[in-house]
Amino acid sequence: MNQGDAIPELRVTPDRYLPHRYAGASGDFNPIHIDPEFAQQVGLPGNILHGLYGMAQVARANAAAAGDDPRRLKRLAVQFRGMGFPEKEIVVTGTVKELRDGRAVIDTVAEQDGNQIIRNAEAEIEPQ
Amino acid sequence: MDTSKIGKSYPPFEYEVGREKIREYANAVGETSPVYQDREAARAAGFRDVVAPPMFAVVYSAGAMGPAILDPELGINLMLMLHGSQEFVWSEPVCAGDTVTTTATVKDIREQDGRQFYVFESVSTNQDGTETVRGTWTNIVRGG
Repeated sequence: MNQGDAIPELRVTPDRYLPHRYAGASGDFNPIHIDPEFAQQVGLPGNILHGLYGMAQVARANAAAAGDDPRRLKRLAVQFRGMGFPEKEIVVTGTVKELRDGRAVIDTVAEQDGNQIIRNAEAEIEPQ
Repeated sequence: MDTSKIGKSYPPFEYEVGREKIREYANAVGETSPVYQDREAARAAGFRDVVAPPMFAVVYSAGAMGPAILDPELGINLMLMLHGSQEFVWSEPVCAGDTVTTTATVKDIREQDGRQFYVFESVSTNQDGTETVRGTWTNIVRGG
């Protein structure tokens, strides 16, 4: 792993009911994530993905780049910005920003239709 | 704005990590490695039991974060609140059978560009007192 290298791209399309399963798994039942009518009443186009689900996809892409070993993902910092939606493909891409002290710092972003849903994500992994 | 609550801590929250809960979470986020599903695979990889994906930290931390964010002394306007950013720094992995204790603290309260920033820190430790994760949760309240 060298500075400037891309990490393997991660692509995933959350299905229509994914926000319900993530709500159950995480305990976050905020209706903006699971109730399209409620979401529209508060001015959203529809129910939106949980931001922490998007962060989990960024974590997954970075752990995969470190041999799919959860012990090798040491740090992840993200900003939540654009809204993510079910039934649209999420693409997570990352680039090695620097190598220091046996760790790689990866700049990562998650997008849907070119719209960033997780931005300025910085991960630190221990490459194999 | 009132910054007097910076440094305030909330009662520790204890979470018992169940194997099926890890599987449910791993399935929801698309983590397919057998170490998140199968005890023997996890043990072969050097874990005590089925291991939690790193972001499972949100599951065992949630019970500590709720009372902090809902604290009437902070008076956060939840209708205008967004989860702005999040950081986790991981240490010891969390496995099925662990008991994880998380304590939340108000790390910073500030106003910036007409928005209010409420920053919380969570520190989680397992039954041996070993740190598993340290989280920084930044919630932003738009001017209302």
